[in-house]
Amino acid sequence: MKYIDEYRNGTLVRDIARQIASTADPARSYHFMEFCGGHTHVISRYGFEDLLPDNVRMVHGPGCPVCVLPIGRIGAAIALAMRPEITLCTYGDLMRVRDRNGWSLLKAKAAGADIRMVYSTLDALRIAEAEPQREVVFFAIGFETTTPPTALALKTAIARNLGNFSIFCNHVVTPAAIHNILESPDVSKPGTIKIDGFIGPAHVSAVIGTKPYEFFAEKFRKPVVVAGFEPLDVIQAVLMLVRQINDGRHVVENQYIRAVTRLGNVKAQAEVANFFELRESFEWRGLGELPLSGLRLRPQYAAYDAEKRFSMMTFTAEDNPACECGAILRGVKKPADCKLFGTVCTPDTPMGSCMVSSEGACAAHWTYGRFRTKARQPDAGRAVA
Amino acid sequence: MCLAIPVEVREVLPDEMARVTLDGVSKIISTALIDDVRPGDYVILHVGYALTKINPEEAERTLALIQEAAMGHAT
Ligand code: SF4
Ligand code: SF4
Repeated sequence: MKYIDEYRNGTLVRDIARQIASTADPARSYHFMEFCGGHTHVISRYGFEDLLPDNVRMVHGPGCPVCVLPIGRIGAAIALAMRPEITLCTYGDLMRVRDRNGWSLLKAKAAGADIRMVYSTLDALRIAEAEPQREVVFFAIGFETTTPPTALALKTAIARNLGNFSIFCNHVVTPAAIHNILESPDVSKPGTIKIDGFIGPAHVSAVIGTKPYEFFAEKFRKPVVVAGFEPLDVIQAVLMLVRQINDGRHVVENQYIRAVTRLGNVKAQAEVANFFELRESFEWRGLGELPLSGLRLRPQYAAYDAEKRFSMMTFTAEDNPACECGAILRGVKKPADCKLFGTVCTPDTPMGSCMVSSEGACAAHWTYGRFRTKARQPDAGRAVA
Repeated sequence: MCLAIPVEVREVLPDEMARVTLDGVSKIISTALIDDVRPGDYVILHVGYALTKINPEEAERTLALIQEAAMGHAT
């Protein structure tokens, strides 16, 4: 497939890994956080842990919207879906996340709730149009990639006067989370977790551009390289980060220049701004309340805002105390550090969100990495095609 | 969740929609988030919407830089 296959050349991946090994200064260590779950997935899947030299390590970040959605909001969505007049439309990723009572949307569906998995907001609109007697609620989550499609759904619903369509908005913004991680005591206190640079999100950046990261690179003196989601993209980004560190530079570089510009998709940004505004604060699973990190519908669209329309109660709920998702999201711990990993918590029985989404650090480690944990494989990189 | 894939536009349809193909599988998507879509363009598809166009020159430049990096020249 064009624009996919040519970025999966295993020989080139290994060649660049060798360049990283010869470029990295053996006297120092390099810790790079990949913010985005898409990168986590590639890093696990292609065995980067084995390919990279020991002094270049990847730290998983919070970049999966499923992982960071607090379970109180899952509980609220389940409660809403249980109401007989409601049809709740949701992306498949959310179906297995459990709330504090061990319920999930999947379980609620089995118990009779009208919950439909959709691929796109276009499907949710179609359902609302076809079934005017139902109250169709779209359970919206996601970073800046997924917010513009929600904005367009709202725009279309208004244009077509779909009075039975509304949105339960859980969209969050990426820069606020990066800022929080960089300022958290775990990261800023010396002797704790070390982050020397960031791999910036691919498709979030296609929408917001590389400009929002310039502030971090400057303020925290950390290099950022925005990278695509194929193995060659990621490994090239690591090399670019190593070079920046060696040169004492800390700027924003764009590896994914075929899809990302400095200013991003201005049209998509404008659609989002038309319909959404920042919340004063929003809870992130594992990171807590983060100021100006979530979006809600603008007040003039209250009729389409499920939280207002159905007087939804969202509450704060504690995670299972043994689940280490929070620490994993901040890059402080690894999946194998969690007592529940692989025992009670597996992709079939996820206890925490990091096990639910295939981009979650725990799920990625379960699928591709767990056999590596005990002994590093001698034939490093064989997972690369 | 943020995974998205490059697809080729085959036909521009009314109402800012387009028919695209990925490995022979055809799909109707929304192009309302981008401008000037033409058949033959590659776009990044995410949850039913084209998020951005792929710039073919930059794609080639990236591959050239990767080749150079693999041989040990500075990128
Ligand atoms: S293994 Fe399960 S319980 Fe433990 S941190 Fe990961 S998701 Fe949470
Ligand atoms: S494991 Fe969970 S928190 Fe970590 S990147 Fe994936 S989805 Fe996000």
